[in-house]
Amino acid sequence: MIEGAIWRKWVFFYAPMGLFLLFLLFPFYWMVITSVRPDGELYRPWNAINYNPFWTWKPTLDHVRYLFEETLFASWLWNTMFIALMSTAISLVCGVFAGYALSRLNFPFAGSLGTGIFITYLVPQTLLFIPLAEIVRNYRLGDTPWSLILTYPTFLIPFCTWLMMGYFKAVPKELEECARIDGASRWQAMLYIIIPVAIPGILSAGIFAFTLSWNEFIYALVFLSSPEQKTVPVGVTSELIRGDVFFWGPLMAGALLGSIPVAIAYSFFVEHYVAGLTGSVKG
Amino acid sequence: MGQVVLKGINKFYDSVHAVVDVNLQIRDKEFVVFVGPSGCGKTTTLRMIAGLEAISSGDISIDGNVVNDLAPMDRDIAMVFQNYALYPHMSVYDNMAFGLKMRKFEKAEIDKRVREAADILGIGDYLKRKPRQLSGGQRQRVALGRAIVRHPRVFLFDEPLSNLDAKLRVQMRVELKKLHLRLGTTAIYVTHDQVEAMTLGDRVVVMKDGLVQQVGEPLELYNQPANKFVAGFIGSPAMNFANVTVTEANGSLLAENSGLRIKLPDETAQRLRGHVGREVTLGVRPEDLTVAGAADADRPCFDAVIEVVEQLGSEILLDMKVGDGVMVASIEPTVRVKVRDKLRLAMRPSRLHVFDAKTETAI
Repeated sequence: MIEGAIWRKWVFFYAPMGLFLLFLLFPFYWMVITSVRPDGELYRPWNAINYNPFWTWKPTLDHVRYLFEETLFASWLWNTMFIALMSTAISLVCGVFAGYALSRLNFPFAGSLGTGIFITYLVPQTLLFIPLAEIVRNYRLGDTPWSLILTYPTFLIPFCTWLMMGYFKAVPKELEECARIDGASRWQAMLYIIIPVAIPGILSAGIFAFTLSWNEFIYALVFLSSPEQKTVPVGVTSELIRGDVFFWGPLMAGALLGSIPVAIAYSFFVEHYVAGLTGSVKG
Repeated sequence: MGQVVLKGINKFYDSVHAVVDVNLQIRDKEFVVFVGPSGCGKTTTLRMIAGLEAISSGDISIDGNVVNDLAPMDRDIAMVFQNYALYPHMSVYDNMAFGLKMRKFEKAEIDKRVREAADILGIGDYLKRKPRQLSGGQRQRVALGRAIVRHPRVFLFDEPLSNLDAKLRVQMRVELKKLHLRLGTTAIYVTHDQVEAMTLGDRVVVMKDGLVQQVGEPLELYNQPANKFVAGFIGSPAMNFANVTVTEANGSLLAENSGLRIKLPDETAQRLRGHVGREVTLGVRPEDLTVAGAADADRPCFDAVIEVVEQLGSEILLDMKVGDGVMVASIEPTVRVKVRDKLRLAMRPSRLHVFDAKTETAI
């Protein structure tokens, strides 16, 4: 915090902070305002007399209605939710166990295995989707939610494992030793002591994984083809941009509604999430 | 019952020999303290007894049963850790009850034991709190409570007081002693603090570089240290050492170096008969030095120049230059001295220690 006179605080803290906020929030504002603006206003030329890009006096929910009545937005939402939750669950379970094992059990090649997992995370999706497409086709998973539920963990598990590894390392070893002297088996010590203590870490891994799979684009675009199977990011962009025509109203409404679940997830766990990132375990 | 026997215990970490051939019999109800500088293998030994560390060779038995291959949970021990290791997500009550729950005790019995332990330790008012809401001393008590509810055969303490501030440490030390007298459970305690070792232990095991240097009652270690290391480690301020050459003159033995030339008392001289002409290390504790008066003519005396005067109220510590060496003396607070004073000091003849200069063992 900046000490001293009030004007210093305003100049060096509040003003830069305000500018930064403005910069960050403007796209959201633009999204909201566009999604409630009638088409007549949206496509008005910039040199028209009543051109007013930042405000509307005639807000409308037409675009939202269009989204739900004329497109498959509701099923896209459901698809995205289902795929994101399932792949997050799979990745979390694997990530927690793998992270625990890599940070706590001394087995040969534990270190190089950890690095190996990290390297797989570094392979860009834009390359990985090519072999994955082949695999998805061979297992006849194409155009089903499972094509994504089973491929998202390829980048989510390394991510969760690494986050959890770091977190487990911060949990004092004595906690577990004490539990084991107290009469808990390794499993019980992990279940009753280590995992509850690591909840903030698990939550942040979960939120990150959920967001990553919610926003994922390439795999969803490649592995799903029929409109009713699509996820929100792919559905909105492929069905609401036809040729070179952008349906700005429904596009923005779709983007807005699509970002709400993630925002809710974040705000719900924000406290734990911050604790998880700073990796603090207080005994 | 709680008799622990260590037989030829060794521990290797790759090429490091961390614990070397430790043999020890700990009797039932005994309070044994392992003490030594950090890295001396004392904590490793304790962890091997707990089962948290595998034994490289040797046998550990509790009440006659070899426990080498038993899991920590099956050894019927309880351990208190340096950082307390309280489960942060559980209340004080649940922390204490955890071990009993894991062992499938009845609810009523768990409740009875937890409240009993809480009573003994005076933490009955905090049972619903979480560890983070407690002070250091309170956490320490909870950690103790978690150990005593189990009624184990052996308590293991790994430097339990070193995270507390000095005043609280002294207070908890007394409470630990009382607790041991009350419960009578065998206790093995690891510390690097020789004061804790002296005050708590029925017997003290001094370790260095993985080797047991001496095992004995506190006063035995203080009065008859087996080697120079034990002599210097036990007692505060530490014992003074001076390398001297033994010479013979007129039938009596003298110890000489650049600043010292003292006639050795008969009893010491007896032991040094065979060392004439050789170098030995002379040891004398600061509290065994007095300002020499007329009555001290027959005592070993030497001259010193005072370099620092430390007033402690109950005593004065003098840092002095003696020849090329330095010595510390603890003298009566009533003596008036100042820096750069020349002083003649006398040693208590019966309290003179002699060590072989090479092997450092007591002669």
